[in-house]
Formats: sequence, C-alpha cells, structure tokens
Amino acid sequence: MNAIADTVPVQATEPHATLGYRAFQLGGFSFRRDEYFAHIGWTTADGRPLSHTMDIGAFLRALMRDVAWGFFYGGVNFDHVFGTTNHYKTVDLYAGRFNATMKAAGVDRLENFPTPQIAATFEQMLDDWTNAGFDPFAAPQETGSPYGRKNGSNTAKITRARELATRCVGLKGDLDLRSDERGAPVNRAFADVPQEQPELHPEPGFENEVHAFNLFGFLSRSQVTWNPSFTSVVKHSYMCPTTEEHILPIIHANDRVEWFFQMCDEIHWDCADKTTGKPLARVIMKAGDMAAMPAYCRHQGYSPKRSMLLVWENGSPSLVYEIQRGESPEVPVVF
Amino acid sequence: MSADTAYTTVFGSLDRYEKGGVQVIDDRVTNYAFSNCFEIASKAAPYERVVFGQNQIYVLETVRAEGVSPWFTCAHDEFALCMDGEVEVHLVKLEAEQTVPDAEHNGAVLVKGEPRGAKMGWMRLRRGHQALLPKNAAYQFRAARPSVLVLQTCKGDLSVERWAEICQTA
Repeated sequence: MNAIADTVPVQATEPHATLGYRAFQLGGFSFRRDEYFAHIGWTTADGRPLSHTMDIGAFLRALMRDVAWGFFYGGVNFDHVFGTTNHYKTVDLYAGRFNATMKAAGVDRLENFPTPQIAATFEQMLDDWTNAGFDPFAAPQETGSPYGRKNGSNTAKITRARELATRCVGLKGDLDLRSDERGAPVNRAFADVPQEQPELHPEPGFENEVHAFNLFGFLSRSQVTWNPSFTSVVKHSYMCPTTEEHILPIIHANDRVEWFFQMCDEIHWDCADKTTGKPLARVIMKAGDMAAMPAYCRHQGYSPKRSMLLVWENGSPSLVYEIQRGESPEVPVVF
Repeated sequence: MSADTAYTTVFGSLDRYEKGGVQVIDDRVTNYAFSNCFEIASKAAPYERVVFGQNQIYVLETVRAEGVSPWFTCAHDEFALCMDGEVEVHLVKLEAEQTVPDAEHNGAVLVKGEPRGAKMGWMRLRRGHQALLPKNAAYQFRAARPSVLVLQTCKGDLSVERWAEICQTA
C-alpha cells in the first residue's frame, strides 16, 4: 500500500472469525463484507439506523476506480445510493444524498473527510476485501470470482500506478510505449488490431520532435478496463483514452463538461440527472461518434465488446469553480 | 484463436461507418452535441478544421485530409490522430520571424509564404497513429486519398464551427 495508508490511522476491526474479513468505520459510516455483499450502515439525521447492500463484485470494482483515480473529477456514484464527491483536498462521502426519494425522506447522510483519511480507509478496505484471483480492474470474463470467504489477497493488481503522460506517450523521458516485454500483451479482444508503429523519418537532431506512435496499438495492450489515462496534453486539454468492457463500475457525475469520442466498436450510455438520478437520455456511440456529457448529468457506460474510448477532459483547476459561479456553462455549445 | 471465438474490432472509415445517436428520455438532444467524424469529413472541404468537440478554449477538430494542405503553425503543441487512410506529416523548424508572435495565442494559423527553416523530417500515419505537432514548427499534411484526422488543439483563427449542420438536432 502507499504512504498515505501507512501513516493515517484507519478504524478497522480484527478479521471476522468465520468470514475472515475486517470491518471498517469512517466517521458515521460502517462497512463490512460477507461472502456475497458489501454492507454500508449509517445513522439518519433523526437518529435512525439505515443500511445499504451492494454486490461485492460491483462494490470492489467501483472502489478500485475511486482509489486508483484519487476520487477523480466530481461525483463517483458506486450506485444509486452510495458514493463520493471530490473537492480536491477533501472528499464527501454520502448515502442517499443524490437519490431524490431518499433525500426527500431525510434519510440521507453526507460527511466530509480530509482526502488522506478517506483514501487510507478505502485503500485498506480494497486490499482486505479483494481475494487472490480477483482483479477488480478487469472485465468479468478475464478474472476470477469476488465471492466467498477471505482467501489471500491481490495487492499487486490493486496498486497499479495510474499512467499519465506529461506531453505525449513514447517521447524520451515521458510515459513508455507498451510491449510484451513490459508486461503488456495485446488483449484477446484486440488480437486483430495492427501493431506496427508509424514510419518516422526525422532529420538528424530532430529525433525527439518528429514523434508519433500507434495509439490504437497502445490501447490494445491496456491491462485494465475503464481507466482513463493521459496520452497527450495541450495545456489543460487531456486526451484520456481507455479500453472498456462490460459496465463502467461507477456512475460518474462530473463537475465539468467532458466529451467522449468512440474510436472503435460501441458503448451505450445511461445519462441521468446528477442530483436526483432521474433518467435523461441514452447515448448510443459507434466508431467515429462524438458526444458531450453535460455537467448536469451522471453517466454509466455499457460496452459489449472491449472497445476504445477517448475520454477528453479539461483539467483546468479553476473550471469547477467557474461552473459553480455560473461563469462556465454546463452545456459546452449552444446552437 | 479459433474462428468461432475470435473478436472483430469494428473501426469506422469514410466509406463505411454506422452512426449511433441520442435516444432522448427527457432532455434537449442538442446538449449532447452528437456527431460523427467520418460523416463530418465526408461533407467537408479538404483541410477545413471542423470543430466537433469544445471545452472552453480547447477543441477537437475533424479534418478531411486530401491532397496537400497549407503549412500551419501554432504557438502551442497540437496532436493529430489518424482515423482513416494514410497521411504524411512534414515538419519544418520555423525561423523566429515566421512563428506566431504571441506565445499565448491559441490555435493554429497559416504560415505566411513558404516556411523558412531547417527540415525536421516527416512521418507517415495510418489508422490509429497519433503524431505530435510541436509548437512553433510548421506542418503540412499530404494524403494521396481522402483520409480523416482528429486534431487536439485550442480554438483558433482557422477553427470552423457549424454545430447545427454536424450534430443531431432531433
């Protein structure tokens, strides 16, 4: 585990006598797992106990993204009840806050934590609850079962470093290309993707400026699903392509507009109101399609075959506040 | 891998693409600015830089590459991703007087006259290949057959916006 988890105290029990898993406490929220489920408990504002149950595989896949992305941009809903909102130095943890029915009933709970505290708890929970043979970053056909009693761990697979180019993949001193030798073979679903690199003909002295690489080949060698990684950067414009298979394990409620460019195959997106969860639209994207995700929506994608998606982000640190102040629209273009 | 278990990766091209779309439940369809780069390129003039993604000052542009382009330059890095066909990218290290005078200027501009400076070299891009267009270099695209590029850049003097024509409106 990383340095944060080693230095910030985490409230955890001893392993359960039969199941073998630890239970965790974070502020007013409790977390435990059994053979099939994650159980989240909290107390409502008027003092009643309430709880929520998620399939443990779905919970661990969502937890994996939230941990790996450092809580990402905006809201990361694990499902229609539970999730986090990133404030970049602190993080909100909530249950029912962005569910219209639960919010109206007053049974929701939201607590704000310093990022290191929630990160440490989430990292230890992910490590304790992930058994040997289950990779929460993989698609269901590619990995073993998340179910059953405590059976080893898979720390190497849940602590992969996020891959972020600073200018462009493959430049000297920047993020390396992927290869068999670097432990990144071509995924079974991309076996037909051409692997040859572009022809480069630099004049002497311009070898590091006459630069191109095979992006589709690079993506065909991604070892994880649903994990936007930087490949090229123009100021705060980040190309974050990723390979997608099965279901995006979270419902993302961005605090800014983002764009999707489908580079092969297809993904179907459910879009809903990010405050209430009310369904707004389905966006069906095929190769070459481009769509904006307005800043008022939350979205979750379904990819029947492993596909290549370009997630395009504006990483400007001031943007979220410009949207909050009404200076930047929630819709990218009006026509 | 045997034929019955092998996967086929579906890419699009100018000649062959299938467009998806927004299925509205309760929203304004134009808020999703839904378009397709192959459809845009099939209706564009060669080397028009048609904006099909915009986030404040940043854009993604679709370009129909066909024949030889003008020489472009830019005060910041840009990137070109080939989505169909085959495109050569030729680079010249511009002398200072031909670069964009304002280092903060956003987006590409046309080089005035022939580019002066050292030849940096050239690249040949096919589908899926992405090239760096380094800042203050002049670059020219050459495509023997119609091809499609996607440019990552900032909105500038050459960016063409025609959202109502390229996007789903109903």
